[in-house]
Amino acid sequence: MGSGVQDRPMIELRHVYKWFGAQAVLSDVSLAVARGGRVVVCGPSGAGKSTMIRCINRLEDHQQGEIFVDGMELTADVKQIEAIRREVGMVFQQFNLFPHLTVLENLTLAPIRVRRMSRREAEDLAMLHLERVRIPEQAGKYPAQLSGGQQQRVAIARALCMKPQVMLFDEPTSALDPEMIKEVLDVMLELAQSGMTMICVTHEMGFAREMADMLVFMDRGEVIETAPPDLFFTAPRNERTRLFLGQILRR
Amino acid sequence: MAHDRSRRRRDLGRPAPWNDARLRSLGLQAAVFILLLALAAYLAGNAAANLSRQGIATGFDFLGREASFAIATTLIRYSPADSYARALLVGLLNTLLVSALGIALATLLGLAVGLARLSRNWLLSRLALVYVELLRNTPLLLQIFLWWDLLRLAAPPPRTAWRPLPGVFVSVRGVYFPVPVYQPLYLWMGVALAGGVAAATGLRVWVRRARAGRPPLPAWIGFALVPLPPLAVFLAGGAPHLLDVPHVTRFDFSGGQSITPEFAALLAALVAYTAAFIGEIVRGGILAVSRGQSEAAAALGLTRGQALRLVVLPQAIRVIVPPLTSEYLNLAKNSSLAIAVGFPELFAVTDTIANQTGQSIETMTLVASAYLAISLTISLLMNLYNRSAALVER
Ligand SMILES: Nc1ncnc2c1ncn2[C@@H]1O[C@H](COP(=O)(O)OP(=O)(O)OP(=O)(O)O)[C@@H](O)[C@H]1O
Ligand SMILES: [Mg+2]
Repeated sequence: MGSGVQDRPMIELRHVYKWFGAQAVLSDVSLAVARGGRVVVCGPSGAGKSTMIRCINRLEDHQQGEIFVDGMELTADVKQIEAIRREVGMVFQQFNLFPHLTVLENLTLAPIRVRRMSRREAEDLAMLHLERVRIPEQAGKYPAQLSGGQQQRVAIARALCMKPQVMLFDEPTSALDPEMIKEVLDVMLELAQSGMTMICVTHEMGFAREMADMLVFMDRGEVIETAPPDLFFTAPRNERTRLFLGQILRR
Repeated sequence: MAHDRSRRRRDLGRPAPWNDARLRSLGLQAAVFILLLALAAYLAGNAAANLSRQGIATGFDFLGREASFAIATTLIRYSPADSYARALLVGLLNTLLVSALGIALATLLGLAVGLARLSRNWLLSRLALVYVELLRNTPLLLQIFLWWDLLRLAAPPPRTAWRPLPGVFVSVRGVYFPVPVYQPLYLWMGVALAGGVAAATGLRVWVRRARAGRPPLPAWIGFALVPLPPLAVFLAGGAPHLLDVPHVTRFDFSGGQSITPEFAALLAALVAYTAAFIGEIVRGGILAVSRGQSEAAAALGLTRGQALRLVVLPQAIRVIVPPLTSEYLNLAKNSSLAIAVGFPELFAVTDTIANQTGQSIETMTLVASAYLAISLTISLLMNLYNRSAALVER
């Protein structure tokens, strides 16, 4: 018994609040994700989904409540924030690759500068992850020379090169043409199968059903419902969840 | 039918000459060029007639004549017995000196101002804002006079000069400081320095190969090797050194090197003024880089400084360079305002020569060509740099 490292949640939010001016964007958000947990967050536009996951690596700061990543609390302590960011990878809707660097340089920048790897080691690691996302042949190109789907896969590989404990995804396929969505989702499914702890904001419900072990529905800054996928899709408890699912599944 | 086809062929192939866009623009350019040429010839004819009526010989023969005026600040040996041509060269070198120093310092200060404007530190960003608004909204000429007055009023007379370091004097006469007297050994020290740089570079490459797969050695280990060879040569050569130290005479100093108050005022004013504009350019360039870039850098664990240096600035530079180029050009041209405080740069020297010889057309042509050459050189260098910093697009 006792609370060993294995029982401790990888990510824990306790009664988190955040305001933009007078508007409460997060109110009383609590969430625990176990090591290896795979969470999909959904909800209508403006629900606070992005804000919540951006709080987890401190791209936004919360004003009340506590957030722990692997037992470390997020405070104003800059060193602590940097330590947490090393363990938390993030993939953005707009990819945010560095346009002035080649694909390979995008992947080796942080491992060399932050993890203090040698160039050779970082490049070997980068090629490993490029193969994992199935585009090793693009290593020498610049981001603008790739398709959207390829860029997003590079962005995933870039985050993985930091050997993170957790991966955050904020609508990773929303900026992609339909025919490219699958290639990105496939990479993410493989990642989920490898045991990575993941939190993913997405409206791809087929993907959510396949990948997630927990679904979170948010609306107006609150977590309305948390449930495993079979219950979430077949027997949602909350009226708002049902309404949302009705809208999104009909599409 | 046949008529239709021939008509279409003409439309697709060669239009009538007066309808051809390329021929039209060529013709227009030729017309403008001929008009300008005619105007220039007319004005030149008038000027030549006026000059010959006043008994002034046109042409550039005056350049060889004795200048017979003194120049206070010279980078090369010069006396009033030298020619006008050499006086012009002295002025040109002074312009180049103040422009080069000004551009380098204004870039550094401007970068600092731009970053300060964007700082999360409220006081710092407000101070930078006040700086920018104050300096770019008042005339440069006024600022040059202000700096000059400041330097002359705030500093003590030579006899009670400040001595921040032994041998250094700060007074209303400017700043006097010691300089080493040239020794033949210095040449060999230079060679040894180059050797040291080469050795350090070679060592770095070798170490990187030998230690492949392990973290690189800190950079300072290489840098530490660089000064050793010249030092060894210096000591082996018996450490010859002789300093030309300035000393106080009755009202002034002699010996050493000096920065005159005029030069200091001009340089300070040009740097402070141009930095205000460069600061805004830097700020704009950084803001033009999308927030997502610094967020992605932060999410990867890079520090704020690393994100700025490795991700944001390299992208901002593309937006910054074109307007920065025009600030550099402004600074070089604005250095001609030195005539107001009497620093003998190109324009001031030229003005003196024009007054003495009456050959203002020739001297102004010379000075205009010189500024043109300086400006074109700056533009060329900046364009080359910009091309190397350009992004690869699809
Ligand atoms: N920087 C900001 N300043 C003010 N309000 C903001 C800011 N960022 C977000 N908001 C507000 O916070 C609320 C939540 O935004 P958030 O981006 O987290 O929603 P979301 O659930 O991710 O929506 P979407 O599905 O459209 O991405 C919205 O009402 C938004 O207008
Ligand atoms: Mg969002």
